[in-house]
Amino acid sequence: MQKFVLAVLVDNKPGVLTHVSGLISRRAFNIESISAGYTEENDVTRINIVVSVESEQELDQVVTQLSKLIDVIKVVNLSKAESIERELVLIKVAATKAERADIINVANIFRANIVDVSPENVVIELTGGESKITALCEVLEEYGIIEIARTGTIALSRGPVPVKQM
Amino acid sequence: MKMNGAQAVLESLKREGVDVVFGYPGGAVLTLYDAVYRNQFRHVLTGHEQGAIHAADGYARATGKVGVVFATSGPGATNLVTGIATACTDSVPLVCFTGQVANPYIGKDSFQEADVFGITTPITKHNYLVKDVHDLPRVIKEAFFIARTGRPGPVVIDVAKDVFDTEFDYEYPETVHLRGYSGDYTGDEAEIDEVVAALQQAKKPLLFVGGGVNGSDTSPILRDIADLLGAPVTCTLLGLGTVRADAPGFLGFAGMHGSYAANMCIQSCDLLLCIGMRFSDRVTGKVSEFAPHAKIVHFELDRAEINKNVQADYRVLGDLRWSLPLLAEKLKAAGDDFAGRFRSWRDYTAKIAAEHPFTYQPDGEAIKPGALIMKLSELADEDTIAVTDVGQHQMWAAQFFKTYKPRHFLTSGGQGTMGYGLPASMGAKIGCPDSHVILFTGDGSIMMCCQEFATIADNDLDIKVVVLHNSILGMVGQWQRLFYHHHYSQSELKGHTDFVKLAEAMGVPGARLTKASELDTRLPELMAHKGPMLIDVMIPEEEDVLPMVPGGKRLDQMVLGGND
Repeated sequence: MQKFVLAVLVDNKPGVLTHVSGLISRRAFNIESISAGYTEENDVTRINIVVSVESEQELDQVVTQLSKLIDVIKVVNLSKAESIERELVLIKVAATKAERADIINVANIFRANIVDVSPENVVIELTGGESKITALCEVLEEYGIIEIARTGTIALSRGPVPVKQM
Repeated sequence: MKMNGAQAVLESLKREGVDVVFGYPGGAVLTLYDAVYRNQFRHVLTGHEQGAIHAADGYARATGKVGVVFATSGPGATNLVTGIATACTDSVPLVCFTGQVANPYIGKDSFQEADVFGITTPITKHNYLVKDVHDLPRVIKEAFFIARTGRPGPVVIDVAKDVFDTEFDYEYPETVHLRGYSGDYTGDEAEIDEVVAALQQAKKPLLFVGGGVNGSDTSPILRDIADLLGAPVTCTLLGLGTVRADAPGFLGFAGMHGSYAANMCIQSCDLLLCIGMRFSDRVTGKVSEFAPHAKIVHFELDRAEINKNVQADYRVLGDLRWSLPLLAEKLKAAGDDFAGRFRSWRDYTAKIAAEHPFTYQPDGEAIKPGALIMKLSELADEDTIAVTDVGQHQMWAAQFFKTYKPRHFLTSGGQGTMGYGLPASMGAKIGCPDSHVILFTGDGSIMMCCQEFATIADNDLDIKVVVLHNSILGMVGQWQRLFYHHHYSQSELKGHTDFVKLAEAMGVPGARLTKASELDTRLPELMAHKGPMLIDVMIPEEEDVLPMVPGGKRLDQMVLGGND
């Protein structure tokens, strides 16, 4: 299985997420993550999809079927371009008073932020690629991870050209 | 112009050139139906919403125009689902207006509320939920544009009840602005040049024509290309009628129950020109060994169809209305004597076809389906529109009925929807009142929408309904016979239903044929009868549709019938 990050520009209209998610389920595509948000244009939403496929042909189907949706303006495979990929994760870790300094140390090494502290836990915020997030989670495992929330990967191409002009 | 949402719908339909709506009223569309009443708009009331949607589908397939349906919220709309899916798979342009509960009631599990937008998302080309009357004209304009352009398909417009009631300043947009959809499919000419070059190299080319040629009305140009090339031609089930049944080089349709010659030639040709088709599993057989010796050319409008099921060696992406005329022009300009070069190959394929026609074994006074349909084909004129339901009779109709014109063989191909036939035949007759319409159906299929006999009688639609009555769900029975040890599990239909009386009860006269000799003595007169007629034809129970490519087998691994 290979993973690809797709940037999907869609009309910012009601129902568009239903159309995109309905297509993914109908065609039995494997989706690792999906996130959506506003863009520099009011009437355009950007949906970031990480898809995992067995073959080029399967990837081609994901892209062409998505492109066929009426409210999809453009689909670009950013994994094929030079691009920056990031994901945001919030991790709630069990932390006794004795362990807290250790955990903060670990967070600093990963350039993560401590965003909440209470007597029994800390919440760590980390932005990065998938491997960095996985590595931090592995280290924090020994303290006891209570909860994780991840955004899924989003990506931008390098250089001045935006996806809509690709 | 001040008007309410309901009037705006009717006004927009007029501007789109809609001349008839198929539908069924209900609570959420009362205001819409009031506008139908006030406008005296032509509306065909069916016995069931499923009848309305299949009728609109038959109308659209026969005429090429967009079929329009009205239904109410909740069950009214969900009753359309089978018909919407049927139209979507076969690329039929429809616009369906469904009532939704009023805005304040949406999401509250209100009376007759169903999430029609969510339900119809995977079975439509596009769909809308309209909650604000000001969106209505734009949405309707877009819906018709989307339904009829590109690869056609059904569009659902779910309209909140209060939108129909709201007065606003109506203005119908002149143009459509969709950032992700242009409806324009002009492709790259160089792709056609490559096909011409491939044809110049080819020794054994075969044309394989799909429903896209019917849907794009490019049959005349396709026929020119077939003549120009002098290559043999086959088609898919939905491609029937694109070439004349008696055209030289025509091998009949291909696939699971297709002709021996068509399937064998697909497996032995060296260049397969696939035009407006999507390589359904019913037409490819074992897909990894489909056309093993051929370079595959795919003329296709929908980019997602290219390489979906079968890898194309050459593709021509674009509207057939753009690509086929260009291909014809370039073939002429090539100065190659294609027809001369391909003559011996075509003669060879014609010989196979002549040696292996669709056939049946006569058996005394038993009415064999092949004999019945050949007789009906003989009695029918070239302008007769044949409609089918789904099952054995559908395949026999495809095998034995001769279709000469595009949009003259209407059948549910992709979904195989039993119950499609009777209402679809109504739509065809309403759309083409000057054509004879004949429905081939079975004793299973006919029961699925038999309430529409009432609609046929009440609208005096001259349709000849031929029931191939074998007292079994024939195709299910055939598979049970072949692959499930003759276990006729729930497929036998040995009840007490009398189809002649059933039709008569709703106002359609009926007759029953039981002996082969009646095909000559009674059938011509029944077919000549003015007005609708049900003809219940008793056929043998254990008759297989042959040839047959069993599931997962190669096209040349057919089970043959007759003396083979």
